[in-house]
Amino acid sequence: MRAFLRKCWQILSTPSLHFSLGFLTLCGFVAGILFWGAFNTALEYSTTEKFCVSCHEMHDNVYQDLKTTIHWSNRSGVRATCGDCHVPHAWTPKIARKMQASKEVWGWLFGTIDTRQKFLDNRLELAEHEWARLKANDSLECRNCHNFASMDFTRQSPRAAAIHKAALSGPNHQTCIDCHKGIAHRLPDMTGIPQGFTPQVE
Amino acid sequence: MRSALFWIIAVFLVGTLIVVTMLPHIHHEETATQSPPASAQSAPVARQVASRATVPPETNTPVATNLDALRRGIPINQEAMPLPMAAVENNDVPRERNYPMQPPTIPHSIDNYQVDKNYNRCLMCHTRANAAKFNAPAIAASHYVTREGQVLAQISPRRYFCTQCHVPQTNAKPLVGNTYQYDTAVIQAAAKNGQ
Repeated sequence: MRAFLRKCWQILSTPSLHFSLGFLTLCGFVAGILFWGAFNTALEYSTTEKFCVSCHEMHDNVYQDLKTTIHWSNRSGVRATCGDCHVPHAWTPKIARKMQASKEVWGWLFGTIDTRQKFLDNRLELAEHEWARLKANDSLECRNCHNFASMDFTRQSPRAAAIHKAALSGPNHQTCIDCHKGIAHRLPDMTGIPQGFTPQVE
Repeated sequence: MRSALFWIIAVFLVGTLIVVTMLPHIHHEETATQSPPASAQSAPVARQVASRATVPPETNTPVATNLDALRRGIPINQEAMPLPMAAVENNDVPRERNYPMQPPTIPHSIDNYQVDKNYNRCLMCHTRANAAKFNAPAIAASHYVTREGQVLAQISPRRYFCTQCHVPQTNAKPLVGNTYQYDTAVIQAAAKNGQ
């Protein structure tokens, strides 16, 4: 084995005998393009709904929740699916999120939530991770589609308009997830979890 | 080294063989889930549309005197076109009550509000603590009292499921006429008649 490894290292460390530097550089360039294309394709594929619901943990629990909500079916026919809310769009946060999500592969391999009961037992913890993430990035994934600046309050119900105005003018900056927990999935036992926002005290 | 090369080729060949033998099965599964061609379905659908009754416009809207609200006078052997679905009123203007002690109706849509053992979406705005914040009517004191008359700090379990009494309203037209009057209107009318 050691002799084999040494031979490999010798091949790699000695100058090329038959191929020119230009040819090797070109080959490296092409190989780089092919690698990046493959990497990006795999990254895109692992963000699709098809990929997400291919494991029964997602398909039987959160996916079924989503299908009853306005984000799945609505009058304008715009659908938000898994990756739209759970995968950041920008490259660096996306890669960071993918690295965090590799824990889900571990969970899938070892059956961390492979029954409905296990999922329900862990639902609060799972939800809290996402709430914390959205709170930290100012509900960025919501705002990819729903921007406060492009909201027309006159087209909202009076209730929604008043609350959105109050949330905007609040002393501590309010974010979507403060009030809109459970917009796409059922909520676990919410005892003791703050809901709503803090309006400006006149 | 030769043996290693032999194994690589062997694994490659076996793998190819497995894939080739699996291919027709995969293809078969895909085709099995496909729906029959449109031409096979279109004929019965077309017949259904043709046999569907074209309802005269005057019978299309229910009137107070029409007691056949369900079928709207359409013969039993014909299929009626359903009326458009009613829209939930969402204007946030509290409605008047029709009689004392009537649970107020909900003047907004409550689509997909989760009300169960885990969470009650209504309480986010309507609890006494949050009502002022959200400019919502607070839950009445009666809702904090148990059957035995014990006053609780939290909402009483028997009052927890809001939609048992409080319901949103739609813009649907009444199917039958209604001459109901609020009690004060009855009293006023009686006073006018000198009773």
